[in-house]
Amino acid sequence: MSKVSLEINGKKISKEIPDHTTLSIFLRDILNLTGTHVGCDTSQCGACVVHVDGKSIKSCTALAVDLDGSKITTIEGLTTNGKMHPMQEAFKKLHGLQCGFCTPGMVMSAIDLLKSKKNPSDTEIRDWLEGNICRCTGYQNIVAAVKEAASKM
Amino acid sequence: MASLVGSRVERKEDKKLLTGRGKYTADVNFIHQTYAYFVRSPHARAEIKKVDISKASKAPGVVAVLTGADIANDKIGGLIAGWRIKSEDGSDMKVPAHPPLANESVNYVGDHVAVVIAESLDEARSAADLVKVDYKILKAVVKTKDAMDSEQIYKDIPKNMCFDWLLGDRAKVKEAFEKADKVIKIDIINNRLIPNAMEPRAANADYNPSTEEITLYTTSQNPHLARIIISAFNGVAPENKLRVIAPDVGGGFGSKIYPYAEEVVCSWAAKKIERPVKWVADRTESFLSDCHGRDHVTHAELAVKNDGTFLGFKNETIANIGAYASVFGTVTPTYLFGPCATGVYKMPAAYTNVKAVYTNTAPVDAYRGAGRPEATYTIETLVEKAARELGMDPAEIRMKNFPTEFPYQQTLVHSVDSGDYNAGLKKVMELGEYESFEKRKKESESRGKLRGIGFCTYFEACGIAPSPVVMMLGCGIGLWESAEVRFNPTGNVTVFTGSHSHGQGHDTTFAQIAADQLGVPIESIEIAHGDTDKGPFGYGTYGSRSLTVGGTAIVKACDKIVAKGKRVAAKMLEVNEDEVDFNNGEFVVAKSNKKKTIGEVAFACYLPGTYGEVKSPLPDGEEPGLKETSFFDPANFSFPAGSHICEVEVDQDTGETKVVKYTAVDDFGTIINPLIVEGQVHGGLAQGIGQALYENCHYDNSGQLITASYMDYTMPRADNFTDFNLGFTCTPATSNPLGTKGCGEAGAIAAPPAVMNAVIDAIGTEISMPATAEKVWTACNKKNKNSEAA
Repeated sequence: MSKVSLEINGKKISKEIPDHTTLSIFLRDILNLTGTHVGCDTSQCGACVVHVDGKSIKSCTALAVDLDGSKITTIEGLTTNGKMHPMQEAFKKLHGLQCGFCTPGMVMSAIDLLKSKKNPSDTEIRDWLEGNICRCTGYQNIVAAVKEAASKM
Repeated sequence: MASLVGSRVERKEDKKLLTGRGKYTADVNFIHQTYAYFVRSPHARAEIKKVDISKASKAPGVVAVLTGADIANDKIGGLIAGWRIKSEDGSDMKVPAHPPLANESVNYVGDHVAVVIAESLDEARSAADLVKVDYKILKAVVKTKDAMDSEQIYKDIPKNMCFDWLLGDRAKVKEAFEKADKVIKIDIINNRLIPNAMEPRAANADYNPSTEEITLYTTSQNPHLARIIISAFNGVAPENKLRVIAPDVGGGFGSKIYPYAEEVVCSWAAKKIERPVKWVADRTESFLSDCHGRDHVTHAELAVKNDGTFLGFKNETIANIGAYASVFGTVTPTYLFGPCATGVYKMPAAYTNVKAVYTNTAPVDAYRGAGRPEATYTIETLVEKAARELGMDPAEIRMKNFPTEFPYQQTLVHSVDSGDYNAGLKKVMELGEYESFEKRKKESESRGKLRGIGFCTYFEACGIAPSPVVMMLGCGIGLWESAEVRFNPTGNVTVFTGSHSHGQGHDTTFAQIAADQLGVPIESIEIAHGDTDKGPFGYGTYGSRSLTVGGTAIVKACDKIVAKGKRVAAKMLEVNEDEVDFNNGEFVVAKSNKKKTIGEVAFACYLPGTYGEVKSPLPDGEEPGLKETSFFDPANFSFPAGSHICEVEVDQDTGETKVVKYTAVDDFGTIINPLIVEGQVHGGLAQGIGQALYENCHYDNSGQLITASYMDYTMPRADNFTDFNLGFTCTPATSNPLGTKGCGEAGAIAAPPAVMNAVIDAIGTEISMPATAEKVWTACNKKNKNSEAA
């Protein structure tokens, strides 16, 4: 067991947890932040992507204790005063989601892309999202949503 | 109020899903929760000699270890095949026992042997390693085409054959072939796929010892079906003591239509230990134990005249249904396959023969399109080959054989109510710039790439289905759908549907329909589904049926609401009922323009009397309340159709093949929400292109699943695609008042042949799916060597 202190969606949290607790389990099972999803066990699907100190990572493959002192943003933390983030708005407007399971990871990943590329091309978006699998949408409306969000951010 | 039907309404369900407030089964936890981990067979085929749970039972945190012997002692029934198929000789299909936990033998890698239930998942998983199973390993039967000549898996099932089914007339086909100028032949494999909904399957069952009721949360497309099967066949609890809730479900694509062993075991175990039992599949378990799709080996022949007229078609298929007959595992390669095997064409004579075989692989069941992709791939690659061999244009040979008069009675089974196949094909050729293909081909060549073009014109039978028809064909259930429209006293509305939404957007599409029917704002309409305790019994979502069958039930229930509303409004307005019209949410008397809104009428229905300002006596004999139910059974299937053109580019040096241009024109009848329909087509195309170029389930000769992770099974990713170009034509369906036909499966049906025809056109040689870089590179090299040798 180790003590881990993190800032999650703006709130400081300290917990005593088993050393092998992954960040995704910490978020889901201990903090009940179930918006972060787990879709595979090989770090391939990207449903679990969150931001650690502003950068996107796959939370299923990070140990919570290793991130001691970090600032974490999950999908639940994107909304401010009930207003969705422009990326979330764009996904809604352009039907960038269907079943919604991959969506939190997809949105978190896409937001990180726009930090380094303000106006990415279709190809750049598709390349960046290679680590996020969606089985429903065929990706087309996701790409369109990321472009839409880029124009609004 | 403007009509919402036909509008690009943004989805009502999106906000919760986008903000992390969706509630999926894995997100549900109960007080005193326990966690289940399944001990699965590591062998494809083995006898179970002994299961020793003594060490596991004593491991830290373990609450219970249950085996096949326990499930047999408690007389829990086996998993079922829902559709009874008869062989050509009249004999019944042969089905092996399928206990939820294996007792005597295991028959595929991943088969369920025991379950360990513990205080934590870690403890359950650790203890599962301590369950010692003594197996006598037997030789596995793996390959589809060899199954009939392999060792017999089940002692009562000779040749490992479930059935040998025929649809059509062999004698007529023989006659037709005798008149042919040419016979085109193909041998194809429809590659086995793993559905891979992004949400892994999960179940969480809670038992209430006070009410003796089980509540099962599960990842289901069809909670009512899960309840009836777990009650009536597995005998876990009576139907009125079992509540099944399928909350937000992260995709299904067929793989979540029916209950699996895990739901049965969790429900039974929860009752047994009187604590909630939760199981969530990891991805490898999903690969091993979700039902797979496709897996056909087909020889097909088309008899043609030199002018391209089709005379006859024969189809000899071996369908691998895996180790056990799953719920829709037997109908998928028969009635969902055979009737569509002649494609959209006039075909004077045809037959389809399917030999369904058992193998030591995961059960095979419905996967997006279910039977119709296999049928379409067969006929459409055959037709394109016919065009090549006759030197005809692929569009010309198709148009020559399209029926033009509707309703059109097909050779096998279906009477197609409406369609205009020429219009679709012409439109896709225009939209896809068919005329300028050669220019694009030259441009690709200038970059050293091969470019090919492929067509597919398809139809499918969906909107399943007329119950009398499907029951006559062996279906163990009816396939109608239900709706209950409940006006609440304050004027908002809850619509209960028996179908289930797991990405399809019913919360929005169904609300659009109800809003138009009732003249109530869409914001005031809530769609409720996925809970057997809330709405009436229904048959769930699959086979592109939700809108045509379930949506129609909503229309019918709304009609009843309006009919009652007219009677009540007439009394309130002191006129005869026939003087009242209903428009845009208002009951209006034309001659006086007196009116009552539907909200006022609903309120009156709940306050039927005079009380101060309230004056709303109901007509004599009218019951209070405003709630109506409808059960809609369609008179016919619906028949979406379309034409797709795909262009691929092949890099000869690496074999890499990419879809560079894809144009689809579909006829789904009336479209309620184009935004959602386009999304459905995109997703279907991605899965269809995935089958054609990337995805393949591979078992080795000993029956080990080699492709059991995302490192090994190629899931299509964003960078595999380019934007798809969509268009629509519309001939409304005549079998439902909305005129809708269904759109969920079309892309997965049409894309594989369109892509493969393009690949064959590009490389000039036949090749099997998936056309991976390695296969394409090998095929190109072999062809080049052959041409050098010649």
